Amino acid sequence: MAKNGVFSRLRRLEKSEETEDFSACLDSNEVHVLAVDDSLVDRKVIERLLKITACKVTAVDSGRSALQFLGLDEEKTSVGFDGLKVDLIITDYCMPGMTGYELLKKIKGSSTFREIPVVIMSSENVLARIDRCLEEGAEDFIVKPVKLSDVKRLKNYMFGEGRVQRQDRGLNKRKLQETCDVSASPSPPSSPSPDDALSSPSPPSGSSPYSPRSFFSSPSDNPSLLNLHFD
Amino acid sequence: MEVDQLQRTFHDYHASLFNEGFLDEQFVQLQQLQDESNPGFVVEVVSLFFEDSERLLNDLSKALDQVNVDFRKIDAHVHQLKGSSSSIGAQRVRNACIAFRNFCDERNIEACLQCLQQVRQEYLLVKTKLEALLRLEQQIVAAGGASPM
Repeated sequence: MAKNGVFSRLRRLEKSEETEDFSACLDSNEVHVLAVDDSLVDRKVIERLLKITACKVTAVDSGRSALQFLGLDEEKTSVGFDGLKVDLIITDYCMPGMTGYELLKKIKGSSTFREIPVVIMSSENVLARIDRCLEEGAEDFIVKPVKLSDVKRLKNYMFGEGRVQRQDRGLNKRKLQETCDVSASPSPPSSPSPDDALSSPSPPSGSSPYSPRSFFSSPSDNPSLLNLHFD
Repeated sequence: MEVDQLQRTFHDYHASLFNEGFLDEQFVQLQQLQDESNPGFVVEVVSLFFEDSERLLNDLSKALDQVNVDFRKIDAHVHQLKGSSSSIGAQRVRNACIAFRNFCDERNIEACLQCLQQVRQEYLLVKTKLEALLRLEQQIVAAGGASPM
């Protein structure tokens, strides 16, 4: 294995001061993410975020295109599927035609692809929506705009560390991430990667006291966070 | 030295854009994604944002000009603009979109027209400022300095 190549690439990728254990990423040049978003701007950003975390990316603009790429579209046989396995699907929720939720259902309903972790992104921080996605089998839910720390956390799913915790899936996912906005937050005991969960360097948002990016700690720890509304 | 002066000008201008609320932390995220392997990233994303926004603003104009205004369509366009402005950190455009959506909910055409004007104004402002910022970056690099992005 070209270990030297991997390490020099990883040194270039380190943009923040946080130290992370990259030893799990030795095979990172094989990780392939399918990103789905109808917004050109968002596709560009998510593509770069993924590439900078050493992922191969295929970015498509609709749920339909995603299914076609996977070879799941009923009407068309797969055009883009070149045998490159998909390790993670990250999709926007609000899209014309097929929503991210509908795409999620189709993927989880497929015997071939249901094991692929699916992450939903949305600008709307609506708990009912989040719950619905998690119940349908989404691995995680990211509130837009997507940050580097969000994407870095996703690597756990792609390397199977998230999978090992599958029996605790409900527990891990229905949690609110406490960013550095919220001081003195206790460490969630069953988080798959304690370093990642708390070391997010994202600066405090000026517009609100809390900026949950995703969900890591139990809402019962912090009932006031249940009624957050960002918009 | 010219480069030093340009760097200082860039730094001050950059800071002012944040202080005046034109840009928020998401723009810093974009800057962090730019490096030697992808030196044009910020200008590329910003350009996409300009194209996208202009298309949406035109669509919004047309939609509000219809005899029977389709508020759902308008809301969808504003939602898109809100999303892309949020993704690049164009805070004031994003906030103007949020206000716009509230009036869409009320199906108030007059208010929507005013909101559109407001959004367009904010867009033109941030466009001018981003272009100036990117021009400064260009000048610094052309003068032999490292990109301050």
